[in-house]
Amino acid sequence: MTDRPYQGLDPQKAAERVAASIHLRKRKETRFVWLGKTAVAIALGFLVLLFAGILSKGIPGLFQYYVTLDLKLDAQQLDPSGQMTAESLAEGDFDGVIRSSLYQALGNPEGRKAKREARRLISSGSSQRLMNYVLDNPDQLGSTVSIQFAVDDDVDTFLRGLISRDTPEADRRISNQLIDYIDALNAQGRVSYQISDYLFFGSASRDAEMAGIRGALVGSILTLLVCIAIAFPLGVATAVYLEEMAPKNRLTEIIEININNLAAVPSVVFGIMGLAIFIVAFGMPRSIPLVGGIVLALMTLPTIIISSRAAIRAVPPSIRDAALGVGASKMQTIMHHVLPLAMPGMLTGTIIGMAQALGETAPLLMIGMVAFIVDVPGGVTDPGTVLPVQIFMWADFAERMFIQKTSAAIIVLLAFLISMNAAAILLRKKLERRW
Amino acid sequence: MEMVMSESMVENTSQVEGRAIPEQTIGDIHVDNPRMTARHVDVFYGDKQAIDNISLDIGVSQVISFIGPSGCGKSTFLRCLNRMNDTIDICQVGGEIKIDEQNIYDPMIDVVSLRARVGMVFQKPNPFPKSIFDNIAYGPRIHGLAASKVELDQIVESSLQRAGLWEEVKDRLDQPGTGLSGGQQQRLCIARAIAVSPEVILMDEPCSALDPIATAKVEELIHELREQYTIVIVTHSMQQAARVSDRTAYFHLGRLVEVGDTKQVFTNPKHELTQDYITGRFG
Repeated sequence: MTDRPYQGLDPQKAAERVAASIHLRKRKETRFVWLGKTAVAIALGFLVLLFAGILSKGIPGLFQYYVTLDLKLDAQQLDPSGQMTAESLAEGDFDGVIRSSLYQALGNPEGRKAKREARRLISSGSSQRLMNYVLDNPDQLGSTVSIQFAVDDDVDTFLRGLISRDTPEADRRISNQLIDYIDALNAQGRVSYQISDYLFFGSASRDAEMAGIRGALVGSILTLLVCIAIAFPLGVATAVYLEEMAPKNRLTEIIEININNLAAVPSVVFGIMGLAIFIVAFGMPRSIPLVGGIVLALMTLPTIIISSRAAIRAVPPSIRDAALGVGASKMQTIMHHVLPLAMPGMLTGTIIGMAQALGETAPLLMIGMVAFIVDVPGGVTDPGTVLPVQIFMWADFAERMFIQKTSAAIIVLLAFLISMNAAAILLRKKLERRW
Repeated sequence: MEMVMSESMVENTSQVEGRAIPEQTIGDIHVDNPRMTARHVDVFYGDKQAIDNISLDIGVSQVISFIGPSGCGKSTFLRCLNRMNDTIDICQVGGEIKIDEQNIYDPMIDVVSLRARVGMVFQKPNPFPKSIFDNIAYGPRIHGLAASKVELDQIVESSLQRAGLWEEVKDRLDQPGTGLSGGQQQRLCIARAIAVSPEVILMDEPCSALDPIATAKVEELIHELREQYTIVIVTHSMQQAARVSDRTAYFHLGRLVEVGDTKQVFTNPKHELTQDYITGRFG
């Protein structure tokens, strides 16, 4: 060859080599796209399975069987002292009124055993329901009214077809006699299947047919309110200080590392800390949403701080320069420009934190929010429980009907979560500005 | 931040292409009627020296332009004049800068009041993501300049008029300032700066992101504003420096090499580095 120095690749040759390499690149790209598509498909598949499972179990759980009874509301029998207050009604014989109506509908069964079987038909909480009805409608006293009562959970399970008639009597939870009664009521058109008001308006109960989530729902809302009221201002203030004002030295570096570490601490540890500090050291009562909210706030703080700092860092420096350039002080620059621009990002972090807090069970078990509490909490210092803990408790019960109630409660929890997120996204969209 | 990084890269050499950077600035750094005076200013970014012993007067109602190759310290020096360098933790400023005989680095001086007297326009138009009206009204509001709503309206209108933007935006004051074109945005930023009635306006390459037509408008605006304000402009365009300024200062590697009347600097530069730069041999 010549002794000319290397002059670079001949354009023609270069073009050939590029053409050869393109084929390889394209194959790699296609493979990568397919990998991505498969991953998304698998994730979606699991999501669909999850939702199908929850919905197929949970939607029947939103309904339950009721039996309609015609009750003669005898004033003498229900309110012997005639004062129409909760105390005076407590002395009335509500069970007797319901029982006699039930016997009448069943053709007045004879004998103790037959009567006992008949009484097993309807929920044991029916007298309370009738009492509430009389309290709400005092003018109905003396007349005859039709009221729906939940059937007992075993009867409900039978009506759903989960207990078979073909099973020998000794092996099933309801007797032949009871089945006959159910058939009789069915024939009269007294049995109906409808949306469960017990589920939404009832509170915790050992009787599956009367168990409801109202107490847990209110408890969840109260706990989250405490949580957001503490975590959001504290988180944003910390983020602003660390990002905008703190000197960059060893101390702030240590604080930063520890905040990041805190985000990875198992949530149950926060529960133990809450137990040790708020309940043991400060002597606050157990099971109250206030302590629950504080513990969850500590748990969500790192999430809010980290995302708020990222949001603050994402505000273009030119905006800061502009504000400082016209003579805004550091505080004014932050309050008037940086915070409004960072707010959508901060809200995103807060939503994620709140969603975490809403679904959290472990730390709340530690501070006693797992207690069996029938009353709906009226404030943050009343004992209460929260939705995920309620679900956790129900999932532990043996009665078959609790499986449906558990799934129904999960649906309510998810609906709560989705509506909370939707509200936050709307808020964020409203605040979002372009620059 | 990028700009700061590039300007901190002052090399430890005082030789460029065999030509020495003079220890002493060539030309008269003094003016008869100074608004701001800088004496022996040094700026360090950490260990790196970005500005080396610069002394310069900035005259009342004068336009002075700072020129020089990238990384020569002209923007750094400009940002010393309203203490915008304070926002950078590692930046240390030595020497003395006075405005109307008052040391601006005096601990008693409030940087907020200083920046109200020394306004700034940045390289990239940076209107607030707010309405045009609020962009202009922001400064007067935080400084409490307007006694009433009517007065605030007057300030906004006159600022926009002096920035030559009023006719273009008077019907859409409530629309976002970010919706304007680049040139309009930059004039909005100038209007925002003059709304707080400063004595000095610092402009850091105000036209580098604008097209020639918008640039012409901004230059025209600088011409009109020189009556009322002292203007310091950093520019990479020598034609621009020649067109708009009364005095020109040539910076090189953190030193002020030469300063003089614009006409003299461009027609009869005294130092070889200045000559090389304005004739386009480097930069």
